[in-house]
Amino acid sequence: MKVILRNPRREVDVAGNRRVKDILRELDIIPETVLVICGDDLVTADQVVREGDTIELRPVMSGGRARSR
Amino acid sequence: MKCRKCGEPAVLELRRHNAAFCAPDFLEFFRNQVREAIRKHRMFTRDEAVLVAVSGGKDSLALWDVLIDEGYRTTGLYLDLGIFEYSVESKAKCEKFAAARGVPLLVSAVRDEVGAPVPVIKEVTRRPPCSGCGLSKRYLMNREALEHGMPVVATGHNLDDEAATLFGSVMHWQTDALPRQSPALPSTHPKLVRRVKPLYRLSERETAAFAFLRKIDYIVEECPFAKGATSITHKEILSRLEDASPGAKHNFLFGFLDRARPAFERAESVILNECARCGQVTTGTICAFCKLADQVKRRQGEGHANHRA
Repeated sequence: MKVILRNPRREVDVAGNRRVKDILRELDIIPETVLVICGDDLVTADQVVREGDTIELRPVMSGGRARSR
Repeated sequence: MKCRKCGEPAVLELRRHNAAFCAPDFLEFFRNQVREAIRKHRMFTRDEAVLVAVSGGKDSLALWDVLIDEGYRTTGLYLDLGIFEYSVESKAKCEKFAAARGVPLLVSAVRDEVGAPVPVIKEVTRRPPCSGCGLSKRYLMNREALEHGMPVVATGHNLDDEAATLFGSVMHWQTDALPRQSPALPSTHPKLVRRVKPLYRLSERETAAFAFLRKIDYIVEECPFAKGATSITHKEILSRLEDASPGAKHNFLFGFLDRARPAFERAESVILNECARCGQVTTGTICAFCKLADQVKRRQGEGHANHRA
């Protein structure tokens, strides 16, 4: 399957049918820090992504803030 | 994984709530959290005009989306920081959002107000870019709200933002910052509007999921100056903690707000004046924003003089 990562945007290939939580572990990504998107849907950690699928791991972290007032 | 409410397939697991939701039930959960924040802290009423500070990112646009749907009288404020293509794109996202919903959007450019965009301010002050940026944002948000007769500014700060800020303040024992960390800061001066954070009960991942499910076109790319920022490091540390112990961020922030903050609040006593230059509120004689603008003007003058020489 194709896995799209952001910031910077890049793609990696992961072989076989895999559960989302296993893909995240393999790529050393903390589940709390991404949305897992497959097409127009969000997918949960227990779901299996098939060999031919494309998923996007969209980071949710924003910031770079100065101390507030 | 099934939705806790209806039993349909879930789209998002919220480990800290030991729950998972389908899309419609998650959207309702999200809106309920915003309603609860507004209610608990009496952030604003339906009769008040609310200035929503929008950046083009997921948090502020998700917030604006909820407030519009809830029937609040909102106006957006986009501050153009002049950060290259990032600002061009984020401004376009805000304009598109406002136009699609028929809501007003104010635009103010830091370049016009300070004399230079954020990248130049960074060079001139030799301070981290988030420093001059944050200072300018706070000043301009307050001033724009005052000028347009709006008593309150709402920002898209979420649970992760607040927990990371608290973590940073505690790490350095910035006891002056602790009482000012609140989901709702009251007006303590006629020229200081209220500042509220209706998303403080929701995590960054939840606001991203809300924006995605609502098909909000937000800027996914990170601000080019955010890389390496201390607040990002703190967020990463807290996310690892959260992964190991779901609810850690929530407990850290809410424990502080409920049990620790009042003690620091009692200790704080600040006298507010009006800036001799611009009339906005400051603890000194000249406000930090005017000092920053002076510094930019002076350095740019020196630069031009050196260039001519």
